[in-house]
Amino acid sequence: MRLKPWNRRHLIERIMQIAMIGSLVIVGLCLGAILWTIIARGLPALTWEMISQAPKGGFYMGKGGGVLNAILGSLYLASGATALAMLFALPIALYLQTYLATSGWAQLVRLALDVLWGIPSIVYGAFGFTLMIVLGVRASLFAGIIVLALVELPIMTRAMDEVIRRMPRDLAQAALALGSTKLEVALRVIIPQTLPGIVTAVLLAFGRGIGDAAAVLFTAGYTDRIPTSLFRPTASLPLAVFFQLGTPYPEVRERGYASALILTIIVLLVSFGSRWLAARLQRYTVK
Amino acid sequence: MSAHIDVTNLNVFYGKQQALTNVSIAIPRQQITVIMGPSGCGKTTLLKSFNRFLELTDGTTITGAVHVDGQNIYAGDVDVTAVRKRVGLLAQRPTPLPMSIYDNVCYGMQIHQMRTNNADYVAAVQHYLELAGLWDEVKNRLHEPATSLSIGQQQRLCLARGLAVEPEVILGDEPTSALDPISSQHIEKRLLELKNQYTTVIVTHTLRQAKRLADYVIFMYMGEVVEAGVARELFTNPQQERTRQYLEGVF
Repeated sequence: MRLKPWNRRHLIERIMQIAMIGSLVIVGLCLGAILWTIIARGLPALTWEMISQAPKGGFYMGKGGGVLNAILGSLYLASGATALAMLFALPIALYLQTYLATSGWAQLVRLALDVLWGIPSIVYGAFGFTLMIVLGVRASLFAGIIVLALVELPIMTRAMDEVIRRMPRDLAQAALALGSTKLEVALRVIIPQTLPGIVTAVLLAFGRGIGDAAAVLFTAGYTDRIPTSLFRPTASLPLAVFFQLGTPYPEVRERGYASALILTIIVLLVSFGSRWLAARLQRYTVK
Repeated sequence: MSAHIDVTNLNVFYGKQQALTNVSIAIPRQQITVIMGPSGCGKTTLLKSFNRFLELTDGTTITGAVHVDGQNIYAGDVDVTAVRKRVGLLAQRPTPLPMSIYDNVCYGMQIHQMRTNNADYVAAVQHYLELAGLWDEVKNRLHEPATSLSIGQQQRLCLARGLAVEPEVILGDEPTSALDPISSQHIEKRLLELKNQYTTVIVTHTLRQAKRLADYVIFMYMGEVVEAGVARELFTNPQQERTRQYLEGVF
């Protein structure tokens, strides 16, 4: 039976709607399943000891202690790397948009960033490790921060680039019409206007940084000590999860899930915090 | 009549398409000049050649000269920010900057370092808001976002912001086309009040507005200036057939 055009259009809309809802449900179920797994398995092991103490002797065989070393290590690594990456990402994004605009150079830089984005972080780790051997540097918090910053840089820069690109052109032109230089437009108009988006870009990069295990494996090393120096190795949560899940002891594996839960909670807290911040920063933005 | 803006042999191309052809025109000082013509005739292009806004579009080629007060603004050694300080622009749609009402007016004065202390800035902001006829409506909410104003108020804020950098010329690119009738009247009233202090050039597509505002009229068609002259004469006794047709509403 041939449907009337009117019916066909509605049928197509219905099918597409179901497909969209289906995708949403699948994604939602995946997220739910992941959260359920780490909560169900990790919550029983999530004690105050877990988050307030470093591993004691025999921790990986089920004896006492916690993962404070990894919590602090991850926070230091990801915050340091995010701050460092921001120092480069914001100027690059602003330069791309204000000075290079749509020129061939800008496209080349964007292509380079997209390629960097796609490189697996283990490659960054290997690159960092090679460099460290050449320079005679040992695995340390400092080296981890630098390599992690490299991992974060492309995602942060491209996210900022997109946010700034979507800004209405009239806004920059209004400032130019008053005799602003491009730098003044960037600092006084583009940054305030896109600040919520910039915060989101920074958060995206932080999320990638704190969750990354491969880049810090060779470069930051691992230690059961609480990190106290930039130039000593440091633990990190993703590696803590990895090491604990890799043991044959069920109670240690449970603590691995608890560590994963801690990591997830940190990401959630940072996410909510930045959303709250972004909403507050929207006061003066032009919609 | 002394010319404030003097355009000689101006040709503008967007890529390969020619937008202006051999435009030579003199804009009189401290009067309102209205550029009119059908859409796509190049009136906005001509207007935006006066503050060097054409170069913001990629692939624009400009030949010829535009002299403002005797200085060719397209000469190689000209500081484009200085040109735009002298030649202000009131855009088609109000574009408040992402900051407070106060800062919108203050911004231009700050970047050009036009005052030395905060009290002078505060006084200047009040002065220009008064000049734009907005002060009474905003004096108790200066530090609220500029976007909290109505569209009509935003356009007067943009006028105040433009006046604050002390330009010699005000350009208006259909400055009332996005506004309601009352707000449009407000803007027109301000422009008439200010015309003795500034050289004003307005692009409009409404003939009635042209008649209300113009001291001097430029009529354009297909990228060329067809006719220019004193408003009263041009409106009552156009010399060119095309001008007459346009005034009669043929196209």
